[in-house]
Amino acid sequence: MVGTTQQQAGHADGIALAFRRTRSRRLWVDRLAVYGLSLCAVLVLLPLFSILYGLMHEGLSAVNVDFFTKLPKPVGEPGGGMANAIAGTLVLLGIALAVGVPIGLGTGIYLSEFAERRLAWVIRFVVDVMNGIPSIVYGIFAYTLFVVPMKSFSALSGGAALGIMMIPIVTRTTEEFLRLVPNTLREAGLALGAPRWRVITDVVLSTAMGGIVTGIMVALARVAGETAPLLFTAFGNRFWHENLTQPIAALPLQIFAYAISPFDDWHRQAWAGALVLIAMVFVVNMLASYFVARQSRILSPKK
Amino acid sequence: MNQETLVERRVEETRTNPSQDIIPSKTSPSKDGPGQLGAPSAEPIAISVHDLHFYYGKHHALDGITMNVKARRVTALIGPSGCGKSTYLRLFNRMNDLIPLTRIEGKILLGGKDIYSRETDVVSLRRNVGMVFQKSTPFPKSIFDNVAYGLRIVGMKDKNTVSAIVEKSLRGAALWDEVKDRLNKSALALSGGQQQRLCIARALAVGPQVLLMDEPCSALDPTATARIEELIQELKSQYTIIIVTHNMQQAARVSDETGFLFLGKLIEFGPTNKIFQKPDNPMTESYITGRFG
Repeated sequence: MVGTTQQQAGHADGIALAFRRTRSRRLWVDRLAVYGLSLCAVLVLLPLFSILYGLMHEGLSAVNVDFFTKLPKPVGEPGGGMANAIAGTLVLLGIALAVGVPIGLGTGIYLSEFAERRLAWVIRFVVDVMNGIPSIVYGIFAYTLFVVPMKSFSALSGGAALGIMMIPIVTRTTEEFLRLVPNTLREAGLALGAPRWRVITDVVLSTAMGGIVTGIMVALARVAGETAPLLFTAFGNRFWHENLTQPIAALPLQIFAYAISPFDDWHRQAWAGALVLIAMVFVVNMLASYFVARQSRILSPKK
Repeated sequence: MNQETLVERRVEETRTNPSQDIIPSKTSPSKDGPGQLGAPSAEPIAISVHDLHFYYGKHHALDGITMNVKARRVTALIGPSGCGKSTYLRLFNRMNDLIPLTRIEGKILLGGKDIYSRETDVVSLRRNVGMVFQKSTPFPKSIFDNVAYGLRIVGMKDKNTVSAIVEKSLRGAALWDEVKDRLNKSALALSGGQQQRLCIARALAVGPQVLLMDEPCSALDPTATARIEELIQELKSQYTIIIVTHNMQQAARVSDETGFLFLGKLIEFGPTNKIFQKPDNPMTESYITGRFG
């Protein structure tokens, strides 16, 4: 008994000693880790701020009323704007929403509420693979699917290419947020005599709405800046588009065309276009985080 | 381990010794059917359960339950965790239909009709048999919309009627005075006890005859629990209530009749006084006195 106590005391002394001996090393490792991680965080911010600085520096001077209201001027004439490209991007995003949201939302609801487990696994896998496909492949896909049979580049084909790109993001976020809705809420709805579809539309979807809208916004922001899928579909247009079956201008295409041109004025306009595009994406992201905040307020109003 | 084997042996005894078997249908077959006035003191029977078996896949979760639930009385179901009392409760409004690979045998007669027959409309059954869950489940809507939900899904549009029913239900659930000035506020801002009473109001609004309560107070503090228990006493003049509870004091306080379930069997069922003071079955006694469970 006495021996055990002595052993224990010796053991504790040993630990305390080892603890003291390694103290400076522990402090040093700790400090290194904190500084290392802080450096990573700063490195993340660096590209973003240098891009923003570059855009402001080069492009801000070209952002003026003309830029938002005028068509591009012919080669050699100074001035003009990208009004048609801004409108074109908005039209393309509208078509993308019309294509991507119903399919993505529907698939997400199916995966969360109805799918049998093995089938759900297969669909989820396919959707994840879709998310990894390079965007130019979507452009070629839309080209063969729409442009070739219609015998014309068109706003519809460009919007569809962007819409198809949105599907995996919308699907997965919808599914994830629907899964967060507690099952007890579904049971409570059913226990009141509501049919299943009413429970899904009234209770489940409305509970998850903020998250789903966020997913849609994120997907929209992601495709808004895509250039590659539009090269063989929307194609670009120097004038206002007349209808959706014709080529349409888009900001990323216009930026691309102006940036590779030899004219200083066009370069400035390309910078300005990039600035406006980033601002648009920024606004969409702000809207998304507003919806997230609102959603968490609804789900936990006491905070 | 020893305790378990002891308990199992007692189950065996119960099964093999008919004198200890207090299940009504076997000891008094005349009270078997609903509405049969065999005994002079017979009270109206709301639900009659006949030799009910329930399986989750191969697991035999409920084993030959037979009992009568009296109308406008509180029937408590007690028993240790996993004894099947929640499973049993969820059979009365066919909530277990949602779980795949389940199977039911036997009959549950509500108003003389088998709720598991083909003709039963599950949606109207659930309107008739309301349910309150362990965790309060307010929808992320306003207080008013929560209570009105059950009315809106049947297409009730007249605003005055809806408002009148919402008020009546909230009064019925003893919540009206606390929320009447903020009916349009989010139901999620209410306290836990208020949320549970809101769920009761929501269930009352669709006009059920039977109210199922699955451990309605287990997430509440003692004050809120006392309010819900008071409410149960008030509600029993109009509704048949079946309550599952972990809390034996609660069963003793609120119920008129008590059933003790163990390992899927209804070990003993009878008037609450008798179950708690002079149970016939030694297992019931050891559970109630806290020797296991």
